[in-house]
Amino acid sequence: MKIIVCVKQVPDAKDVRLDPKTNTLSREGVQAIMNPYDRHALEEAVRLKEQYGGMVTVLSMGPPQAEEMLREAVSCGADEAVLVSDRAFAGADTWATTYTLSMAIKKIDDFDLILCGKQAIDGDTAQVGPGLAERLDIPFVAYVRKINACTGNTIRAERLMDDGYDLVEVELPALFTVVKEINEPRIPSLKGKMKAKKIDITKLTAVDIEADPEQLGLKGSTTQVVKVFSPELKGARAMLAGTPSEQVAQLYAKLSPLL
Amino acid sequence: MLQIDIEACIGCGVCESTCTFGAIKVDGGVAVVSETCTLCGSCVDVCEVGALSIAREEKATQGNLADWSGVWVYAECRHGRLAPVALELLGAGRKLAEKRGVPLSAVLLGSKIEGMAEELIAYGADKVFVVDDPALASFTDDAYGNALSALAKQHKPEIILAGATAIGRSFIPRVATTLATGLTADCTDLAIRDEDGALLQTRPAFGGNIMATIVCPHTRPQISTVRPLVMKPLVRDAARKGEIMKVNLDPALLKPRVKVLESVVEDLDRVNLSEADIVVAGGRGLENEKGFAMIRELADVLGGAVAASRAAVDSGWIPYPHQVGQTGKTVAPKIYIACGISGAIQHLVGMQSADTIIAINRDPDAPIFDVATYGIVGDVFEIVPMLIAKFKERKSA
Repeated sequence: MKIIVCVKQVPDAKDVRLDPKTNTLSREGVQAIMNPYDRHALEEAVRLKEQYGGMVTVLSMGPPQAEEMLREAVSCGADEAVLVSDRAFAGADTWATTYTLSMAIKKIDDFDLILCGKQAIDGDTAQVGPGLAERLDIPFVAYVRKINACTGNTIRAERLMDDGYDLVEVELPALFTVVKEINEPRIPSLKGKMKAKKIDITKLTAVDIEADPEQLGLKGSTTQVVKVFSPELKGARAMLAGTPSEQVAQLYAKLSPLL
Repeated sequence: MLQIDIEACIGCGVCESTCTFGAIKVDGGVAVVSETCTLCGSCVDVCEVGALSIAREEKATQGNLADWSGVWVYAECRHGRLAPVALELLGAGRKLAEKRGVPLSAVLLGSKIEGMAEELIAYGADKVFVVDDPALASFTDDAYGNALSALAKQHKPEIILAGATAIGRSFIPRVATTLATGLTADCTDLAIRDEDGALLQTRPAFGGNIMATIVCPHTRPQISTVRPLVMKPLVRDAARKGEIMKVNLDPALLKPRVKVLESVVEDLDRVNLSEADIVVAGGRGLENEKGFAMIRELADVLGGAVAASRAAVDSGWIPYPHQVGQTGKTVAPKIYIACGISGAIQHLVGMQSADTIIAINRDPDAPIFDVATYGIVGDVFEIVPMLIAKFKERKSA
């Protein structure tokens, strides 16, 4: 089975905090990491390869620095890595991103399954997976929490829904986005690390993927950010005082009428 | 491309400290931008000397945007039940439609969905498009996506709203791609811009650390998915009149490539969490799985549901369906009791619209207290058992 895993390098959002004084984002010590959901997609691809044979290619659209993350993906079991990088991609929304990725995938050409994380933790849109499937005109399943079995060209999986889950069956080629529950990602092996050091990462530019410049980056985007601001938090911040049992009594008095 | 006017730049570094992506740095007294720039515009807004600008080479406008008119709401239903978010969207859609002076329509897709169209009218729809077809009995991206795209191509609405649910966030991106238009996910605020009637879509990004307002300037329809429990439904009015339009679509459009073999409703807790009046939540301060037993007990005594912060879920103390926050559920209960939760912004965005928020935490500086109606600085292992005892007494009295 030939699997492409789409990965994105993101700032580690959990370390990003608002500076209460300047009301701006403080990014001190914030690392660029592989999007955590993509890590699960990669792990699932490697497991499928181990079970059914085949090959795993990791694909990323991003700045040249994303190469480091692709090497990490190789150390975790990917066989090949492709970086699509070009200044022309800057400012791409999900529409322009799915266009760029779809052109790169057409260049790679040969695949049975594409796996993506359910969303990236910086944008949180969850739109690239489904949009990409539509661009490639292949079936799509979101929020996959388990891949049950793969027989011949047919794959069975469970997708998470708001009220439970669905068991679905689909013919390959297809695109799935995965949730964290699907697996526990491995840590890089020594052999993997050695391979990651040596591997030749394929680098593709806008010209290489034969992209229409009108469709790329900010120019190709259908949406535009007009304002960025800090969220407002409401809150009375009424701190109770006294001994623990006095505070509990006060809280009880406040809550009882509401129950 | 981000343009830096090096004559105007004074090298103050405000842009550097603002940039979330570490893309701009002051080097040799002037700002220098690197490849990680996403053109988000944050630095442009904060630059006091106006040295930064973004040259927007804009996309060509497709056709006549004025041909697209009316506000649509995708009315999600599953397992014979209308999703509450559908009614919330009709409330939000009504306001947008009135501001634009256009009708509000709902689109209902499913099988055996009698009576639901009338309900949508009672909650504010002027018109309901109904596609009632056995092929739509289970949710599939293909059939639902094709159906909504086909209707939108024919009737040309200027705005489509859908719930940011598992279903909405799965198939709406496909609809936007098919219609070659923009989509903004997980919105928490919608408004119409006075100058040109454009839809202003506001959403949290970056784990909730920033809010961004987004427009879709050159294509129609403007599509948003909207976070559940943020918008308010109208009061039900059974006397409201509206038109129900039954639509038959080409069966070829409704043929899915994904087969749903089984659809399982599980873990009622999960459903309860979004709709519960009282939510008791635990975080890292609970230290381990056993800490959650205490949270469950308090929730049981109060007749509420159990929630958790991402830290607690990531630690494996409680499963993901209980997670509240940017990457979990949004809740808006009457009472939210946060126990041992520090209040990272990504958690706060999921619960700050609760009516009354109680925070119990050891750290007086924990950000959770900033959103709290009442705060107790103390040890959760001391306070929570005392609360359980108090409410047990009350229950048996």
